[in-house]
Amino acid sequence: MARYTLQRFVYMIITLFIIATLTFFLMKLLPGSPLQNQEKLTPEQKALILKEYGLDKPVPVQYIQYLGNLLKGDLGVSFQYDNRPVAELISDRIGPSAQLGFQAIVFGTIVGLILGIVAAIRHNHWEDYTATVIAVLGASIPSFVLGGFLQYFIAVKLQWLPVAFWEGFKYTILPTLALSVGVIASIARFMRTEMLEVLSSDYILTARAKGISQAGVIIKHAIRNSLIPVITILGPMTVNLMTGTLVIEKLFAVPGLGEQFVRSIELNDYPVIMGTTLFYSALLILAVFIVDVLYGVVDPRIRLAGGKK
Amino acid sequence: MKKRFSFFLVLLLALSTFLAACGGGKDNNNAQGGKSGEKPAEKKEQVLNLLESQEIPSLDSALATDQVSFIVLNNVMEGLYRLGKDNKPVPGIAESYEVSQDGKTYTFKLRQDAKWSNGDPVTAHDFEFAWKRVLDPKTKSEYAYIMYDIKNAEEANTGKVKLDQVGVKALDDYTLKVELKNPVPYFVGLTAFGTFMPQNEKFVKAQGEKYGLEANTTLYNGPFVLSKWKHEQGWVYTKNPNYWDKDNVKLEKVNVKVVKDTATAVNLYETKQVDRVGLTAEFVDKYKNDKNFHTKLDPSLYWLRMNTKKEPLNNVNARKAIAMAIDTQAMVDTLLNNGSIPAKFTVPKDFVTGPDGKDFRDVNGDLVNYNPDEAKKLWEQAKKELGKDKFTLELLNYDTDNAKKIGEYVKAQLEQNLPGLTINIKQQPFAQKLKLESNMQYDLSFSAWGPDYQDPMTFLQLWTSTSPHNETGWSNAEYDKLIKDAQTTLANDQQARWDAMLKAEKIVFEGMPIAPLYQRGAAYLQREYVKDFVTHTFGADYSLKWAYIE
Repeated sequence: MARYTLQRFVYMIITLFIIATLTFFLMKLLPGSPLQNQEKLTPEQKALILKEYGLDKPVPVQYIQYLGNLLKGDLGVSFQYDNRPVAELISDRIGPSAQLGFQAIVFGTIVGLILGIVAAIRHNHWEDYTATVIAVLGASIPSFVLGGFLQYFIAVKLQWLPVAFWEGFKYTILPTLALSVGVIASIARFMRTEMLEVLSSDYILTARAKGISQAGVIIKHAIRNSLIPVITILGPMTVNLMTGTLVIEKLFAVPGLGEQFVRSIELNDYPVIMGTTLFYSALLILAVFIVDVLYGVVDPRIRLAGGKK
Repeated sequence: MKKRFSFFLVLLLALSTFLAACGGGKDNNNAQGGKSGEKPAEKKEQVLNLLESQEIPSLDSALATDQVSFIVLNNVMEGLYRLGKDNKPVPGIAESYEVSQDGKTYTFKLRQDAKWSNGDPVTAHDFEFAWKRVLDPKTKSEYAYIMYDIKNAEEANTGKVKLDQVGVKALDDYTLKVELKNPVPYFVGLTAFGTFMPQNEKFVKAQGEKYGLEANTTLYNGPFVLSKWKHEQGWVYTKNPNYWDKDNVKLEKVNVKVVKDTATAVNLYETKQVDRVGLTAEFVDKYKNDKNFHTKLDPSLYWLRMNTKKEPLNNVNARKAIAMAIDTQAMVDTLLNNGSIPAKFTVPKDFVTGPDGKDFRDVNGDLVNYNPDEAKKLWEQAKKELGKDKFTLELLNYDTDNAKKIGEYVKAQLEQNLPGLTINIKQQPFAQKLKLESNMQYDLSFSAWGPDYQDPMTFLQLWTSTSPHNETGWSNAEYDKLIKDAQTTLANDQQARWDAMLKAEKIVFEGMPIAPLYQRGAAYLQREYVKDFVTHTFGADYSLKWAYIE
């Protein structure tokens, strides 16, 4: 296990390095400069300011400099937020994004699993159809439509919950709901399909033949083995949601990372683009690693060192 | 199969009931809104709730470049002068000023009772320090050019001379002498602009990189201080007890929240959480008849730049035809719908008044009008002169939703009214569009300009042959001379200078390097109990200094 972890860690560093390199050069292909007032500046004024930032140097030189700073743990300072350190910028905004994403994943997974399991057990009954309709609607209604809907009816009309802002748990309920619908839909679909397959497999038949109760079969044998695909999608999905969602954060005025990232690309804010990409990649790689470990826990047939046998 | 069908039928039924309930809900809400309209009674406390569309990028006046930063600076800082209720400069930290005979030296007398929020007095040295800091190339200020009217400012900013040769000097704690390159009649108004704010040297140096990044790493000398600043969430202004004119500041507290989505902002207004909210076009129809609905006119102009080096745009009749072929009234009424007006000029309306007190626009009037018949005639003439019958032009455009709509409209109008013309729209990201424009790699370009200072010159200098923002290739010797004279020899003769600028604007429309489209308006909702919320046509969008709750 330790060996495996170490190996994965080395891969992670290499992956991050490749991502950093690719992002850096792709980013430099973006037209324009990170200057905020560029429409009013003359070409000479632009050149002077860019020179002060060291952006007049050839791109490979800038790249080496960037890597050097990165090794020292320095992500640089933002252009759009004049001189604010990138690390601070990310740490200021990741909290709300992560909390919202986490809540949506937990809630979405629980509801999704229940729906999927119920649908599979009651295959071709009304429970199955209801769950399927919910899953299809959840997957096809964009979260901003649902978010706008929830905001208007629950917050504006019924006034049960706040319209927007980030001032306590109450404020997180609507955005969590809006975000979790997508999660519910995917989890329910995967769970139902896998569960149906597992339920029709031989060992379930054996278990039933042994006289184990329906509940026992489902809980001990079926669910556990049906979780593999769910765990597979859960990793990337968690990272995706926890690192911020543009639309929902904007709609509910959540001070998160999602919009920030998009803006930094639009404004050529190079250090923020790099910092956020690296942060996001590191989390994603970590999530994939955790998923791999979880496979073994859930299904003993999958062993980390299995390849060697 | 049958079973499944009946299930969907039930679902459909349920859905329609739900939708019907939604439809009914709307009226309900309006009724509710009317009822709770009595609420302001408890609103007597002097607290205002506002929204902004983004986080404050910086409170360092040397670095600020954006709308939100300038708004906040205007409310927590004060320069030598500030823009008053009628958009004319009123004394701020300066009590008065004297101008030399030649109009090139300003001596400002500062008030002695102005203090920073830490109790330090605001002195002339704070201005000298701040202005030189802006001009220091190491500061990387993107608004440094706005100080280029000051002697040696440009040279210092480009590293040609030392900073101590810049024409700004504190003669003593309360006297600031400013030497200008040329007489600049609008200079006093310029000192109200964010970049000209003073900075406390000791404090700025102590904070270093952190200056202006947090509420407590910034020092204030304006009507309000920032008592709270939660990044990306909002900030709170509280009345500044150290402000010299605090007796005239009525608001105790202003809560500002960051909301980027207009629909969310409107919902917050509906639930009485904010007192003022900006509207985008799609919300205008819903609120048009609301008593709290208002529009205002900004001095920002939108036009089509024409590349006069390209055929057929090298022909003046073709350019005139294009300018006359677009029905801009229909455009502002249907597409923008927010108080914008058709532009038939290149100096905006309600922006500046001359020595006689008359609006520049009232004197010069409309200089080009929508006239499809005349446009067609000119177009045919141009075709004859150029000996060609068909032309294809590329319309360079921004990639925003609004610009897309305008672009499509312009294309339709031009193709319909000018036979033989085909327009291809080319949308580019903002930065790339600017680059193509400045390299003149375009035929027609939808672009905009907002004022840098309160004078027609901020728009008129664009079209001189040496202006880096001309970008049309158009040049006119008489025009260049009029502008040059207005900037130099006539600068001390207000009437003659004004007349030169009036004449110059007419020349632009004889040459027609641009087809003006519209002057931007803005629609907003503001609760009736909010009084004296002063909006500005230049610099910061608004001042809270005089605002109060009734």
